[in-house]
Amino acid sequence: MTAYETDLPTLPVEAGDPLLDLLNGFIAELRAVGIPASLTENLDAMEAVKHVPITDRETFKYALAATLVKNQAHWKAFETVFEVYFSLRGAQYEIAADDLEEADEADGEIRAEGDRGSGGDMLSPEELAEMLYRALMRGDSEMLRAAAREAVRRYAGMEPGRPVGGTYYLYRTLRNLDLEGVLERLMDAEQHTDGDVDDFDLRLRRDEFELRIAELKRQIEAEIRRRLVADRGVEAMAKTLRKPLPSDIDFMHASREEMASLRKAIYPLTRKLAARLVRKRRHGRAGPLDFRSTVRHSLSYGGVPVEPKFRHPRPHKPDIMVVADVSGSVAAFARFTLHLVYAISSQFSKVRSFVFIDGLDEVTSFFEGTDDIAEAVHRVNTEADVVWVDGHSDYGHALGVFWDNYADDVGPRTTVLILGDARNNYHAPESWIIKALQQKARHVFWLNPEPRSYWDTGDSIVGEYAPHCDGVFEVRNLRQLEAFVDRLA
Amino acid sequence: MSHRFADVAAVQQDLSKVEYLCDSGLAGVVYLADRLDKPVLVEGPAGTGKTQLAKSVAEMTGSRLIRLQCYEGLDEAKALYEWNYKKQLLRIQTERDADVGWDEVSDDIFSDEFLLTRPLLEAIRAVDPIVLLIDEVDRVEVETEALLLEILSEYQVSIPELGTMEALQVPLVFLTSNNTRELSEALKRRCLYLHIDYPTMEREKEIVLAKVPDIAENLADQVARVVRSIRRLELKKPPSVSETLDWARTLVLLGVQHIDADVAAETVNILLKYQSDIAKANKELATVEGIEP
Repeated sequence: MTAYETDLPTLPVEAGDPLLDLLNGFIAELRAVGIPASLTENLDAMEAVKHVPITDRETFKYALAATLVKNQAHWKAFETVFEVYFSLRGAQYEIAADDLEEADEADGEIRAEGDRGSGGDMLSPEELAEMLYRALMRGDSEMLRAAAREAVRRYAGMEPGRPVGGTYYLYRTLRNLDLEGVLERLMDAEQHTDGDVDDFDLRLRRDEFELRIAELKRQIEAEIRRRLVADRGVEAMAKTLRKPLPSDIDFMHASREEMASLRKAIYPLTRKLAARLVRKRRHGRAGPLDFRSTVRHSLSYGGVPVEPKFRHPRPHKPDIMVVADVSGSVAAFARFTLHLVYAISSQFSKVRSFVFIDGLDEVTSFFEGTDDIAEAVHRVNTEADVVWVDGHSDYGHALGVFWDNYADDVGPRTTVLILGDARNNYHAPESWIIKALQQKARHVFWLNPEPRSYWDTGDSIVGEYAPHCDGVFEVRNLRQLEAFVDRLA
Repeated sequence: MSHRFADVAAVQQDLSKVEYLCDSGLAGVVYLADRLDKPVLVEGPAGTGKTQLAKSVAEMTGSRLIRLQCYEGLDEAKALYEWNYKKQLLRIQTERDADVGWDEVSDDIFSDEFLLTRPLLEAIRAVDPIVLLIDEVDRVEVETEALLLEILSEYQVSIPELGTMEALQVPLVFLTSNNTRELSEALKRRCLYLHIDYPTMEREKEIVLAKVPDIAENLADQVARVVRSIRRLELKKPPSVSETLDWARTLVLLGVQHIDADVAAETVNILLKYQSDIAKANKELATVEGIEP
C-alpha cells in the first residue's frame, strides 16, 4: 500500500476539516457495531490524532484504538471498520468525492502497480499460479500482495454496482486459486529438496506455510474490500461488513468463523465468571448475629458482649443436572452451555450431564478426570448414544428415559437445567415429567436458544413445559448465557 | 510544557536500547501517554511483558519507578496515605503539661510531618521524574477502584485535613490487568488502552537473541517457530514469552544445536504447565498434518 501511504500530508485538525468529518463518521460506525465509545473517548481520539502523523498508518491505528477501544474482544470489529475508513481509501480523504471517479482512479493505480509487479498487462493463469507459489515459498510479502491483487482482478469478476457481498467475491477468487493444492505442492517441494527432514520439522514448515496462506487470504479480502469501497462508498460498505461482537453472536446461526471466535471468547469468559463467583461467595453479606458465639466470647470480658459475632453465611452450592438437546441446530448452544457449566463446576457441589435427541445418555463420565473441557465436549458430540428411533428430537421420550433411570437422583438440592428449543416434531410432550421433576427438585430451569418471538410457533412446545418450570430463559448468545450462569451460582 | 519523547520512532528506539523490543503500535501508545498526559491501561495474557514495559520505560527515561502492587483488600491507607497515629499520640503526650490550646494541637498533628505517604501520594509529591506502576489492578474490588480515579484523571489527591495536593510533575502511569474481571467503565475511560499480545515469530526471535546470551541464531529461530506452532493449538495456557526464554536458556544449557521431535518432547514441560496441554502438544507436533487454520 506504499503508493497511498507516502504521499499523504499530515493534516492539521480544525473544525470542518475532512479528517475530523471522517473521524466522526468512523466513530459513529464503531457505535453502530456496538463498541461503546463515549464522548470523552471521542474527544481523546481527536486529541490523539493531532500528535501522530496520519502517514504512519500502524501508529495512527493504535492511537485510535488506544483511545476508543477498551476491550480486546472488540479489536477485530475495530480493525474492520478502520480498514474500511482509512486503509482502503485512495489518495484523498474527501468522503464526498465522486464515486465513479474514485473507482477509476483506484483501478488505474492497481493497473500501474500490477504492471510494475509483473511486467505484463495480464498474467496467464499459469503465470499467476507460479507467482503465487514462489511468493508463498519465499514468504515475500510484497510479492504476496501483488499476487493477491492480481488474483482478485482476474478471478473475482467484480462488476461495479452489483449488489453482492464481499464473501461471494472472496469465494470465487479462492476457488480458482486452489490454495490446498498449493500447500500440498509446497510441502512436496520441502520434502524433496532437503533429504533428511523429519516429521517434526515438516510440521513446523507446514505451520509456516499455513500462516502465509492465511496472510494471503487476508490480502485478498482486503483487496476485495478496497475495490468495493471504491465502488460503493465508505458508509454503505461499513454497513455490509457490520458483524456482531463475539458476545452477541447468535448460537443457532453462527458461521464457522463466528464459531471459532466464540470458542476463543469462552475461555476468558469462564475465567472471569469463576473469579467473580469466588469473590461473590467470599464477600457475601455478613450473616445474622450468632448469639451463642457472642455470649461465649463475652465471657473473657466479664460477660459484657464487647465483640458481637456474626454467622458466616454459607451460600448453598447447588447440585446441577444438565439435560441438553444436542440435535442439529441447537447443538452449538448445548456445547457452549456444557462448557461453561463445567468450567465453573467448582462452584457447584456436583454436576451431572445428560444429552438427548430422541434417546438420552449420561455423559458425566466424559468430563471426569480430564481438565480439557473442549476435548470432553467433543467426545460428547461423537460418542454419546442419543439416537433411539430416527434421530429427530423427541422431548417426550427423552424425558421419559430420564425419569425412568435418573429421577431417583433428583433431590431437594438439585437444580435441573434443560437446554433446548422444545421443537418436538409433533411427538407427545409428556409435560407431566417436568411437573414431577419440579416437585422433587429445588429448581427446574429451561434455557431456550430461540428468540422469544419464535416460541410456540410450529412444532415448538415451550408453552407446554413452561408452567412447570421455575423459569424459562431466552439464551441466544454468550452475553445472555453469562448472565444466567451468574444468577445460577 | 516539555515532553519526554520526540516522536514515536524515538520511543521505539530507546525502548530497544533497554532491551525491550516492541512494535510501533506499542511505542505509539507510550508516546501518546506522554503527549496527552494520560495513564495507560495495559492488558494481555500473562507473561507478555506488561509489567516489564513500565520498568523499561522508567529505565529509558531515567525515572524512578514507584510500584503499587494491588491485591484484594487494598485500601486507602495502603495505597494513598495514612496518618502516623503513633507519632501523633506522642506529640499530644509531650504537650500534655504545656499550656497549648486544642486548635493549635489539632493543626499541628494534622500536618505534613505526621503524614505517611503511600505509593500513590508519593508519586504525586515527588520532584524527580516518576513512572508509576499500578500492578494487577483487576485484583482490587470495584469499590476500591474509585480510589484511583482522582489521581488518574486530575493527578491530585484530596486529603480532608490538608486540602488537595496537586502533582508537581505529571508522572507516566501504567496500570496492568490480567483481565480476571471487567474493569469499571470509569477507570477505562480515563486511560489509554493497550493490549499486549504474544509477539510475532520474528519479534520473539529477536527477544530470544537479546535476552539469552550465547544462543545461536538458528536455534533462536527454531525456538520461535516451535513456540508459534504450539500457540496455534487450543491450549489451556499457551506459553508466555518468559517461558519461551526459560526454554531457550534450558536448550542452551543442555548444549542442544538443533531441536528435533525428541528434544521437544523432553523439554516441552518448561513451556507448558498443564499435563493435558503437554500431551496435546506432543501429539500434535508428531503429526505432519496441521490443524485447521
